Amino acid sequence: MIFNFPFIAVAALIIVGLYAVVFRKNLIKMIIGITIIESGVNLFLITLGYREGSIAPIYTSSPGGIMSLPVPQALTLTSIVIGVAVLALMLSLVIHIYRHYNTLDVRKIGGDEE
Amino acid sequence: MNALEFFVVNSPIFAVAIPLLGAFLTPIFGMINDKLRNVFAIFIMIITTGIVFALSYDVVTNGIRTYIFGAQDLSLPVVRILFEVDAMSCFMAIISVILAVVALIYSWAFMKENTGLDKYYTLLLLMTTGMLGMELTGDMFNFFVFLEITSISSAALVAFWINRGKSVEAGFKYIVISTIGALFVLFSIALFYGQYNALNMAIIANSIQFTFLDKIALVLLIGALAMKAGIVPLHMWLPDAYSKAPSSVTLVLVAATQASLYGLLRLCFTIYGNMITLSPVSIGWLLVLFGIVTILLGVIMAIAQTDLKRLIAFAAVGEIGYMILGIGTGLVTMSPSISAAGLTALKGGIFHIMNDALDIGLMFLVAGAIFYATRETSLDRLGGLARNMKYTTAFFIIGLLAVSGLPPMNGFASKLLIYESTYQLNPILAIIAILASILLLAIFVKVLHSAFLGPALPRFNEVKEVPKSMLFAMAIIAGIIIVFGVFPDIIITNIVEPAANALVNNAGYISKILSLTGGA
Amino acid sequence: MLPFESLLKTLQTGSGFWNPLVWIVAIIVALLVVLIIRGFGKKDYKKGTSQTQAFLSGNPEYDKERMHIKGSNVYWGFSEILNWIINLLKKMHTGNVSDYVLWFVIIIAILFLSIIIPAGAI
Repeated sequence: MIFNFPFIAVAALIIVGLYAVVFRKNLIKMIIGITIIESGVNLFLITLGYREGSIAPIYTSSPGGIMSLPVPQALTLTSIVIGVAVLALMLSLVIHIYRHYNTLDVRKIGGDEE
Repeated sequence: MNALEFFVVNSPIFAVAIPLLGAFLTPIFGMINDKLRNVFAIFIMIITTGIVFALSYDVVTNGIRTYIFGAQDLSLPVVRILFEVDAMSCFMAIISVILAVVALIYSWAFMKENTGLDKYYTLLLLMTTGMLGMELTGDMFNFFVFLEITSISSAALVAFWINRGKSVEAGFKYIVISTIGALFVLFSIALFYGQYNALNMAIIANSIQFTFLDKIALVLLIGALAMKAGIVPLHMWLPDAYSKAPSSVTLVLVAATQASLYGLLRLCFTIYGNMITLSPVSIGWLLVLFGIVTILLGVIMAIAQTDLKRLIAFAAVGEIGYMILGIGTGLVTMSPSISAAGLTALKGGIFHIMNDALDIGLMFLVAGAIFYATRETSLDRLGGLARNMKYTTAFFIIGLLAVSGLPPMNGFASKLLIYESTYQLNPILAIIAILASILLLAIFVKVLHSAFLGPALPRFNEVKEVPKSMLFAMAIIAGIIIVFGVFPDIIITNIVEPAANALVNNAGYISKILSLTGGA
Repeated sequence: MLPFESLLKTLQTGSGFWNPLVWIVAIIVALLVVLIIRGFGKKDYKKGTSQTQAFLSGNPEYDKERMHIKGSNVYWGFSEILNWIINLLKKMHTGNVSDYVLWFVIIIAILFLSIIIPAGAI
């Protein structure tokens, strides 16, 4: 039972993130929502690779015993790097949106410029 | 191994690596000279086109080609990325490179007055890299990475005219939608990995059981890829992004959208190929339903638009519906066993992917030419342009005939296949498809009348024909449209039919990888 | 590379066929007929006289800007009838990215209900 907690946390993070994207009106809060979804997915990947009582998968200095799977960790690292790129692009776009419309309310942007 | 053989064996990686390297070399050439940079970018893209054509010729004659990154012995328990290229991948790659070359040629004059063009060319080449990667890869996680590369670079390009609030806003919408879609794709990949301990598409397809988790993955993947492919009601980012991006970017965006559509096809036909009949709701009927809704909404919304680029964007939504309709009909008719009628529908749907890219692409280029010449996109302020822009008008008429599926242009051949096969499935579907085609004709006749015909407006007396590079770019696409229209049988037998056969032959796709691993 | 005969082949579509070359021959024949009919027309047309002016039931001609039928007026009656559905669809396109994501969640939920729930237990 205790090992299901990470998966519950994953579901909770994704739902919280989606809630923030759908119902929050501030662009920065929406971006925070997206990063929360991303954290949920990353947590899911990491959890998949974990085995109870396992150690970090470093072959050369292994003291023996089971190791956690290295593949999901590699995937997570890639995903984090991509996430940083996306985050930077989104924030820079938000800066420009603010310059054009003087607001961060998602309902007020997109019209003719002020 | 002689040089040619070496070249063909490594062509899958060349097709991705050359534009990637070229993308980051472009700013260096840009420091020397602007023209040199443009020539370099076009040169890189033409080399890539040559590689993709060579690869396609090899794949069509010799069957599926794989490329293994890292150690070649696959029996070792080492995770590595594989590219697996079948005829369908090649078909999509050909579309991507043709549109990218045309976009680069068009950009020469169209983007000339903008600053920051080094970044523009870098991003455009990166976007092509991403699309080619999505289409050639055989690995789920690799697919996700290339999906993100495409999304990031295209969102930056949509917002390229950063001095306009609407462009930036459209770019922001596009990146939000893409990121959320891609994250759900990643989540589904994790679900696959957790169950089957594999990331390779063929190995997943071989061991898939259609468990509860697989169903969740199917739902999330269909939702996310349908959103990226612009299927109604998840299409709403598409008119915003298409109409606010520079026209040359929109042309490549069409190809990027279709790369996501390719992902959807891979999902339905390859990964879930063995299991698709087990679904309680037929996935084929689901696609047919999506297709009909997409056609109707796209066409009806296009009637009401007054902005030229937004109008074409909604017509593009409608055209996506035709592809989905053809492919869905193929999927319905084909389960449980492959049938000739299903293959015809599939051929129509796949051929329409290419025709839509060319027709809608030409329309966007014409809209860009009008914008370049007049600085207007609103149909309410345009008029009488045919007097000053003869060639653009001619290209528009070719595009008009092709989009609305009038013979003898290419749109007719694919739409005829779709009409006939959907009629055999259910006559009402074919009637809706034909009616929507007539409406598309009406929509573009409206554009022809209000932008090109009518009395000469004094406001546009000074308007001149667009520069030669833009005309040349439009002429390339118009030429391909006419050739495809006059000789449809050659195209279908040599390009489309192998792609359709490759798509339904998922056993071949799976066994190719399994024979490499030495497994069962 | 390609044999010449393959250029002339007819596309078989299962129950029908399509050959663009036949169509092109038909178009050329139709064009000839049109030209022949045009040849019967009156020859005494003069440029630069009042024969070339637009005839609007005797009303004076407005300036060019007002004479041109604008894009939003072309299918006026047609779109008037479709107004109810166009307004409905336009309301769907709010231009608000939150709503786009909400649509995504709705579609995921519908797919979830239709694909997963009927299959019953886990």
